[in-house]
Amino acid sequence: MKSLKTFKIGGVHPEENKRSANAPIQILPFPKQAIIPLGQNLGAPSKPLVKRGDEVKTGQLIAGGESFIAANLHSPFTGKVSKIDNFLDSSGYRRPAIVIDVQEEDIWEDGIDTSGTIKREITADRKTIIDTIKSCGIVGLGGATFPTHVKMMVPDGKKAEYLIINGVECEPYLTSDHRLMLEKGQELLIGIQILMKALDVEKAIVGIENNKRDAINHLTELAAGFERIQIQPLKVKYPQGGEKQLIKATVNREVPSGKLPIEVGCVVSNVGTAFAVYEAVQKNKPLIERIVTVTGKAVKKPSNFKVRVGTPVQQLIDAAEGLPENTGKIINGGPMMGKAIMSTEVPVVKGTSGILLMKQEESRRKTALNCIRCSKCTSVCPMGLEPYLLLKLVKLERYEDGMKERIMDCIECGSCQFTCPSNLPLLDYLKLGKQRAGQIIRSRK
Amino acid sequence: MNQFTISGSPHIHGEESVSKIMYTVVLALLPAVLVSAYFFGLDAIRVLFIAVISCMFFEWVIQKYIIKGPITITDGSAVVAGMLLAFNVPSNLPWWILVIGALATIGIAKMSFGGLGRNPFNPALVGRVFMLISFPVQMTSWPIAKPVFAEGLTDAITGPTALGLLKEGVDAGKTIDQILADPAMPDYIDRITGNMSGSLGEMSAIALIIGGLFMIWRKVINWQVPFSIIFTVFVFAGIFHLIDPTMYIEPTFHLFAGGLMLGAIFMATDMVTSPMTISGKLVFGVGIGLITIIIRFWGAYPEGISFAILIMNAFVPLINNSFKPKRFGVKAVSK
Repeated sequence: MKSLKTFKIGGVHPEENKRSANAPIQILPFPKQAIIPLGQNLGAPSKPLVKRGDEVKTGQLIAGGESFIAANLHSPFTGKVSKIDNFLDSSGYRRPAIVIDVQEEDIWEDGIDTSGTIKREITADRKTIIDTIKSCGIVGLGGATFPTHVKMMVPDGKKAEYLIINGVECEPYLTSDHRLMLEKGQELLIGIQILMKALDVEKAIVGIENNKRDAINHLTELAAGFERIQIQPLKVKYPQGGEKQLIKATVNREVPSGKLPIEVGCVVSNVGTAFAVYEAVQKNKPLIERIVTVTGKAVKKPSNFKVRVGTPVQQLIDAAEGLPENTGKIINGGPMMGKAIMSTEVPVVKGTSGILLMKQEESRRKTALNCIRCSKCTSVCPMGLEPYLLLKLVKLERYEDGMKERIMDCIECGSCQFTCPSNLPLLDYLKLGKQRAGQIIRSRK
Repeated sequence: MNQFTISGSPHIHGEESVSKIMYTVVLALLPAVLVSAYFFGLDAIRVLFIAVISCMFFEWVIQKYIIKGPITITDGSAVVAGMLLAFNVPSNLPWWILVIGALATIGIAKMSFGGLGRNPFNPALVGRVFMLISFPVQMTSWPIAKPVFAEGLTDAITGPTALGLLKEGVDAGKTIDQILADPAMPDYIDRITGNMSGSLGEMSAIALIIGGLFMIWRKVINWQVPFSIIFTVFVFAGIFHLIDPTMYIEPTFHLFAGGLMLGAIFMATDMVTSPMTISGKLVFGVGIGLITIIIRFWGAYPEGISFAILIMNAFVPLINNSFKPKRFGVKAVSK
């Protein structure tokens, strides 16, 4: 068999544990009360446009993005705004959110097509597409939640040649993108064509890891009916879903250090985002729901749910037949890059791809020992950094030297810490170092 | 209310651990242990036992009574150090010299720098060189290998090693052909299988290579260090052999005689004291190969790899500073 494409430097292969891969997407019942955090996207938080006591319809704009990198927020439910206050979110801080008392029946905002018919023909022009993506509050659903309309605006002098669609889902456990590709393939491919039109690119490549053969086969079949969309199977290797690694794997180009993918003529978008773009442009439906995997070794019924934003995590856990007794940690996202959350009252947001419940015995880190200089961290780093050295530099507060050793190139994938035989908290130090180095860079400006 | 653990990502950890790595090395050493037990009988087991127990004992004493920190003697690193120390000595070495060697290994070379991971020099080699310089006679009287099932030979016959014969011969002005004709010189097959006199671990190149391949497969060592040492020794010794075959023996002799395989596979590859990057490891190996041959050709000792490794150990920080990994997206040329 010929070897599959992948990225060249570093990488690890954690146990896949895709327990929910065969669980079809189910629609989750509505909660009684929804909490919609205002800061769901990368960049500035949205400004609320409703006040306490207002009646809102499903899909109604409730908060606006004002600055350049910002996104609109729409009400995921029909109901009444009961308060606007600070609530615990997945960051672990209490931050502003709109609370809605949910009414059982959906009353949709005017002009939203909620029928299941697939609309294939793309009538919108380039500008309309980008405007719709913006007004519908679409952000990157891979987890980074970067506002999609900003990505679509290619800077002057640059040209996008490839649209690369991320269907890699390299995080262990998670299967939301996998199920979406299987169940919404047609819509997804139309979404990709919309993005291609907006970017004016010749070709789109959908990268999918080879542990999702069914999705590869299904999309390859469907893509025969679409022009210029290529389905590219990739070797299973973490962190292939990293933007730079995916570009390297699919078109063999290296995004220069500190630069964006457009530098090498690429724009990368997640499959979930492409589906949201379809719904926005063809159906005028804002981003108010997403697919979320609920899984874990002790979870009774690992599942994939279609969830409205603002639904408390508890609701998802209940639907997966409850919180296992020995749960020690709840993670928003995957086990490699996800965030541990403090409470099941935290709501699902646009960037929530999965809820992972870890058993007590998996939850604690092992005792850290001396670095034995095995150089495993260096050989697995997909950015070609030396995590052992950066850890030392950050410990010594030598941030300037850390910058010289390219600490800002770190993509926080966690491969170093995953592989360290001495159980060192490498990524903790790298994140701290990046934050400090970022402060230094900003203070120079 | 439930209390959940909050910690940064990643939330899973690979199955790698320090003690797993160390016990993999112990496993990799076993073929060579069996070979030495075959040739030297109970003496080999005695030396191994004393070395391992003393290393663990000194580590325990130092951690308990001097450092007053956690005891880590079960992590396997003291076992590896003890085994490698035993591999570097003759099988008839008096026990008290071995104990002093173990003290130098653990006390001076390892614990005084802060324990596992902090030592700049390979501990077992420091122990060996310490003993070699302090007890030159005992450290260089090599028992002749006596296979366990062979008949007729009596115990405690010592003789020079192949490298020793070579050195003496060259110094006495003999040609290579005359040296090889010496009946004491082991033939080719004996040199590869280990049927010759020498230290415990340097006997059988085949057993050492099996251990090395096992460690490469288990990703405990990279191929770069052993390969570059062996390649450099072969090329460098080969060049001199081509220049003057009467003065310089053919290069494969250097590969299979003495501690070269042991050093290249088990000593130079020590994680703690070797460079961190692929290119750095290659440079490190080439340096060891060159210094080894320089000592073997022109130095005072017949054997040079221990010194070569220790010298290159000192260059590791410099190598780490100069040889960086291939960075992603730096000087990238887009097609």
